[in-house]
Amino acid sequence: MSEQQPTHRPDADEPATEAATAEEVAAEGTPTEEASSEDAGARPVTTGSESVVRALETAGVEHLFGVQGGAIMPVYDALYDSAMDHVTMAHEQGAAHAADAYGIVSGDPGVCLATSGPGATNLVTGLADASLDSDPMIALTGQVPTAMVGSDAFQEADTTGITSPVTKENYFASDADTVGDAVGEAFALADEGRQGPTLVDLPKDVTNGATDREPDEGKTPETYDPPERADEEAVETAADAIASAERPVILAGGGVIKAEACDDLRQFATEYGVPVVTTMPAVGAFPEDRDLAMEMAGMHGTGYANMAITHCDAMFAVGTRFDDRLTGGVETFAPEAEIVHADIDPAEISKNVHADYPLLGDAGTVIEQVHAALAEERDTDMAATGERWQEWREQCLMWKDEYPMDYAAPADAPLKPQFVVEAVDAATADDTIVTTGVGQHQMWAVQYWTYTEPRTWVSSHGLGTMGYGLPSAIGARFAADDDQSVVCFDGDGSFLMTLQELAVAVRENLDITVFVLNNEAVGMVRQWQDGFFEGRRMASEYPWVPDFETLAEAFGARGYTIDDEGEVEDVVSEALAHDGPSVVDAHIDPTENVYPMVPSGGANGEFVLAEDQL
Amino acid sequence: MTEGLQGPAPDERPQPSGRRNAQGIRIDPAVAAEPASRRTVISALVENEPGVLATISGLVSRRQFNIESLTVGTTTNPETSRVTLVIEEPEPGVRQVEKQLDKVINVISVRELGDDAVRRELVVLKVHGEEPDKVHAVTEMYDGTTLDAGPRTVTVQITGDEQKIDDAIDAFRQFGIRELARTGQTALARGEEWTTHAEEERYERTQS
Repeated sequence: MSEQQPTHRPDADEPATEAATAEEVAAEGTPTEEASSEDAGARPVTTGSESVVRALETAGVEHLFGVQGGAIMPVYDALYDSAMDHVTMAHEQGAAHAADAYGIVSGDPGVCLATSGPGATNLVTGLADASLDSDPMIALTGQVPTAMVGSDAFQEADTTGITSPVTKENYFASDADTVGDAVGEAFALADEGRQGPTLVDLPKDVTNGATDREPDEGKTPETYDPPERADEEAVETAADAIASAERPVILAGGGVIKAEACDDLRQFATEYGVPVVTTMPAVGAFPEDRDLAMEMAGMHGTGYANMAITHCDAMFAVGTRFDDRLTGGVETFAPEAEIVHADIDPAEISKNVHADYPLLGDAGTVIEQVHAALAEERDTDMAATGERWQEWREQCLMWKDEYPMDYAAPADAPLKPQFVVEAVDAATADDTIVTTGVGQHQMWAVQYWTYTEPRTWVSSHGLGTMGYGLPSAIGARFAADDDQSVVCFDGDGSFLMTLQELAVAVRENLDITVFVLNNEAVGMVRQWQDGFFEGRRMASEYPWVPDFETLAEAFGARGYTIDDEGEVEDVVSEALAHDGPSVVDAHIDPTENVYPMVPSGGANGEFVLAEDQL
Repeated sequence: MTEGLQGPAPDERPQPSGRRNAQGIRIDPAVAAEPASRRTVISALVENEPGVLATISGLVSRRQFNIESLTVGTTTNPETSRVTLVIEEPEPGVRQVEKQLDKVINVISVRELGDDAVRRELVVLKVHGEEPDKVHAVTEMYDGTTLDAGPRTVTVQITGDEQKIDDAIDAFRQFGIRELARTGQTALARGEEWTTHAEEERYERTQS
């Protein structure tokens, strides 16, 4: 490598000599000032792997999450000379979740790497997770040499075949000259239009192969053309439908955050006084401390959000796919509402719930368009409409009073998980990032924390992947600002699935605080068994959970245990203050369940508040 | 934190009178309208990339679309192939097949063909050869061709629309059908109409 570099390279610390004029330096192709950090650009590409690495650098990648292995080794070798920061994870699933969370927090695709065969298959859960949540992510997998593909070679798996249903697009790289372009295209596709995970499978002979071709700037293929602006006429009729409604709501989906459309949403809702309901991925899109915020709807959404959805007569749904955890039974979902559905993906229109007014386009652009269309009607009807909606807003506020997010905590009761969530919220800044595993703890973390900013709620929504919490906290930590806190709420069952990543947090000395809401069970399963299977708790109780405090210490992290309410404040502040990973094992009331709850497939308006209402 | 939650219990809450059907369409409470399934042809122009057919068949199967047949073959442009799907779905399902196919990056253009589309299918069938004259007569009746005739078997081909193929197969049953192979339907839009939108543009480009 070194002998192929230009012989004259002005040192970064030393200014170029007077003899070396700007033209001469430019002719050398070597930037003077940024030589040390940007010298990646000066390295010529000689192999497919270097082309892969160059494509990632060109795309602006700063962090990669992965695990080494035989078939991916050439790529790792090329990474040796790159300024990009590679984080070695304990398991490929961890790498995928970390990259996923990195994408959620930063908005740019997170990158994960794995070797062929088992490495690639271990990524599948993370890919499926990112796919269902439309998170921007790119996976690079090693593959056996092209000549051995199909021979059931050592560590061979049909990675593109296996991952096809869980990726937005995947590629099998076929030669060293074009492999960098494939990576660039995969990166661009992961980011553009409806975001999602993409994958490039990299046979070892392709990455080892010789090439001097610099990859092109990554761009999406010509056949890919996501809509930007919605049809003006459609916008007009949709705006009319909203303006003529008596009881309108906005249903904000995750697409609002992904399109960076939260400001547009906030302006729109505030100006016209329309109550805002969010889906779970959209938590943080609208500040939950405002009167208009009805917060999250759906199975474990707030009672008032579900009442608003059930009784509205017009719904402006933006960037949501109407998942069944949101809608409950479709027959009873917003039964009287005219639905205006804005989405960038035409296939989401009328997939689950029929859209009366479909608007195809980018969430931010469409909100602006509808806003402008309503503004035109303002002088005539809208002033009166604003008043007309006053009664509806009051009704929504009344539901907030009627069904508050609250829990019973008698003085002699064991520690309540909701109390722990509230205590951590109170002790941290507004921009704190919360990541979670999947289960009861996830629901308490979304219900009892007041989210006011987008990209501060990182969770596994569509796939419901237990074990998502810790690795996603690691990814989020790398994407977060230095002064931003990252906390993870996990359950004992969920934490046990990926806790080996604690070794990574310790090695990288990441400032993450994990709160394990420990009820010695897969609590959500147990809740359903109690509610729908006559309390037959088959395989849901974990009487063998380890002592998480000791376990954290064994990994080299700080460990704490909380047994009752009185200890919470001190332990929380001590754990948060610790500069590095810490684990707080909170022994919570094992009888506590998640409410409100809409039983699977039920009507949103018939949420139950306690087991005896099931 | 207070002592529990208030508000009316589920059955005491006011419920709206509206309802949607299973396909998410808001309906008049008095009329529970659900569009019935219909059989239709979807044509997709795709790029000739490895794995496209696998992607499409995988998509169709994992989304549980009710598929009758799927055929594929190249077009005048060596870089593209035409995939023809016959599906039986209610209206929202038909739209979903179109939209989901269109999402596949290698799919250039997708369209549902009208009822008047030109639709053809080929069947090759092999019957026992004891009565070659009668077999020949039936083959003639269906404008078929005899491909192979031996002492024990006769193999013929019939082309036509689906109904004709079904009828022909029925007619050949009298001789005892040993084996048969159907291709599934392939189709083009009738007359001046283009089968998918992309083809018109492409055609004009190559002509100018």
